Amino acid sequence: MEFLLYFGDVFTPVNFGLLLIGTIGGLILGATPGLSPTMAVALLIPFTFKLEAAQGLILLGAAYTSTVAGGAVSAILLKIPGAPANIATTLDGHTMAQKGEGAKALQLSFISSAIGGVFGVMLLIFLTPVLAKWALAFGPSHLFWLAILGVTIIGSLDSSSVVKGLLSGCIGLWLATIGFDDIMGAQRFIFHPAVSGGINVIPALIGLFAIPQVITMFAKGRNDTSAEVIEVKKQPVMDSIREVIKRKRALGIGTAIGSVIGLIPGVGGQIAGLVAYDQAKKFSPERDKFGTGHSEGVIAAEAANNAMVGPSLVPLLTLSIPGSPTAAVLLGGLLIHGIFPGSDLFDNHPDVAWTFINSMLIGQILMCIFGLYVAGLAASVARVPHSVMAAVVLGLALFGSYSVQNSMGDVYVMASLGIGMYFLERFGFSAAPLVLGLILGPIAEANFVQGSMIANATNGLGPYFMTGTLNLTLIAVVIASIVYSIWMELRQARYTTKDDAVHKEEAL
Amino acid sequence: MKNLFAGAAIALMGLTGTAYADGHANYPERPVMMMVSYGAGGATDFQARIVTMTAGNEDALGMPIAIINKPGAGGRVGWNWLATQAEADGYTLGAYNVPHFIAQSIKGGVEYSADSFEPIANWGADPAVFVVGADSEMNSMTDVVDFAKANPGKLTFSGAGLFVGHHIAALQLEKAAGVKMAYIPSNAGGAGAMKSVIAGEVMGGVNNLSDAFRAAAAGNVKILGVFDLERNEFLPDVPTLKEQGFDIDNASVNFRGVMVPKGTPQGIIDKLAASVPAMFENGRVAGKMKAGGSPMHVMNREEVLEMWAAREATLKELLAGL
Repeated sequence: MEFLLYFGDVFTPVNFGLLLIGTIGGLILGATPGLSPTMAVALLIPFTFKLEAAQGLILLGAAYTSTVAGGAVSAILLKIPGAPANIATTLDGHTMAQKGEGAKALQLSFISSAIGGVFGVMLLIFLTPVLAKWALAFGPSHLFWLAILGVTIIGSLDSSSVVKGLLSGCIGLWLATIGFDDIMGAQRFIFHPAVSGGINVIPALIGLFAIPQVITMFAKGRNDTSAEVIEVKKQPVMDSIREVIKRKRALGIGTAIGSVIGLIPGVGGQIAGLVAYDQAKKFSPERDKFGTGHSEGVIAAEAANNAMVGPSLVPLLTLSIPGSPTAAVLLGGLLIHGIFPGSDLFDNHPDVAWTFINSMLIGQILMCIFGLYVAGLAASVARVPHSVMAAVVLGLALFGSYSVQNSMGDVYVMASLGIGMYFLERFGFSAAPLVLGLILGPIAEANFVQGSMIANATNGLGPYFMTGTLNLTLIAVVIASIVYSIWMELRQARYTTKDDAVHKEEAL
Repeated sequence: MKNLFAGAAIALMGLTGTAYADGHANYPERPVMMMVSYGAGGATDFQARIVTMTAGNEDALGMPIAIINKPGAGGRVGWNWLATQAEADGYTLGAYNVPHFIAQSIKGGVEYSADSFEPIANWGADPAVFVVGADSEMNSMTDVVDFAKANPGKLTFSGAGLFVGHHIAALQLEKAAGVKMAYIPSNAGGAGAMKSVIAGEVMGGVNNLSDAFRAAAAGNVKILGVFDLERNEFLPDVPTLKEQGFDIDNASVNFRGVMVPKGTPQGIIDKLAASVPAMFENGRVAGKMKAGGSPMHVMNREEVLEMWAAREATLKELLAGL
């Protein structure tokens, strides 16, 4: 209960002011395509040089929580996921926005973000010592199986058929091999200097999601000059709150999966949203509605990606190991004030540690309030005519992919993947499994190589990957997931393209 | 194309005035950019931001230095860019990590070598150390080597990757002790390598002194030896490898500093070489670096040139067998 003692510190005028700046600024930065939470926090570090340690961390912590949630804005309204965490949000969120339910999608996403986020920070406050052990339990063999588990959901994720889902997953896995390989430094498929560092996930995300949509909008614009104006439906906030409470299952699955996966160093943040989305779908009686603008999809994905924020800081705060790129940036913010995370932080600087954690808690709530306030306004984006919208999205896509590493190479990657994806989508392939392949490829590969090096030096591959409770549990889940997919595939005939599914849904 | 621009620029200068002797008296006239070939938040990025924070002062450059990150492939992406695409006009600086970029250029597959860059000054030296988990039975490097001798190839130890300081230290240890061990490169840098030591996935590891110092302070690891010529002020009680009877020099120490692409006008190089070391010695910089547990080691251009040449010779010999 020590954290309660330091709640007062959050509400001093300067600290609260910084919290507000961090939250509002974070929402804006998060909503800007290409500015991932990691970059947003890195951009703010120089401002903390002049602040006291606790104040600097309040600013960074608030910015971290609200950029993760802010990413949902561009994911829902523009179909540009700001960061890998928001991929799953686009699947149902953007479809909702197209139906004129943008305000509802945004409100649902902010409410479930706040609920998930508060739960995640609570875990950080009460269970840190236990969680630290759990975070360390995942070695290379376990991470390998976890990545394989991710691969097994590729087939069922947002595709018209399992085969097409798997195929686009394979394209993603192949794209992930481009560049110098992570461990041995071998060069693979480097046909142009722009890809020597591999395909960066953020430009790829922007290209794969935004560009096909831009091309479609331009194509429509030529056919139909009278811009189809979508009526933006008004949504009272209370209705959204009731909706979130009604969808307890999705909310619970999202929060639980986000907290558990967020804890695992190096993996969590990127896949938490997608795994939660997939599980919510499998456990839902209305699973057919997923992908057609179903509220459960948005709730599960957003609850997961904010629930991950608190636990993802556990390895940093207790063991001084940054578990995610954003945590690495926060480590820099601590070191600059001469504070070493670990026992030193909680023993000798409890004021800094607890003020920081408390401010994340308050930050989640502030983020929700501001988010709900802008949701109604932001949703009117859907009224913009297609031709204008396409130009705006294209501009943002260029800006976003360039700004990741100030590199034109990333812009070329974004454009070529986007154009390729446009044609793939016409044949019923979908971007989400492709991106999942791109994210999981390096995790599976690097951990397999590392694990096999350790295994060869010790007791051999078989025992290393196939024994131990955690390994066996993960293998069992992998098998269950595959069996489930096959069973579902046999049980129901799928639609040929996602659009067909949407039409069919609307006809019902 | 670049030469054409340079030619045009020189011609313009000739036209506009003879006020400055070599044409660079007013340098820098606009903010300067410094490329860091690792991601935001890494040790190199963090230190680069600290040591350049006073660049805007009148007694330093008088213009701020902006950090641009070009991460990827263990630094290769950024250094390739600096060697081949960056403008050699003095407004594009780069951060170097020795032995990383020299070892990579010896190994091949990159578009740069030590000759592609001109060093300006060195700001830091982060030696590699050998760490084991806090509950390990090994308490000195002799214990480590004895275990490796009894179990050839079975002692697993982690490091940040191949052809980086940690790998060089590992190779030196194997050579000096005449043992075979299993070096496990991490794909998540020093932090990933440290995690695998703390979690007990590997028996030991080579890591940065600055990170190991923090982990040891938190009670997670024991530091058994420093891969440097003398003990470090952060760890006065930890003996060097040499003291423990292994013939290992400072070839694996991670030197960090500033360089410019070859072709940058000599006048600008001279001006930077004169002002940058003083900028690193600024009291505020030293205070922040010490607070962050980052060992400083300021060297001027001549000293860095010497260090690069020495390192290249050692590394060529060490990597010849790979």
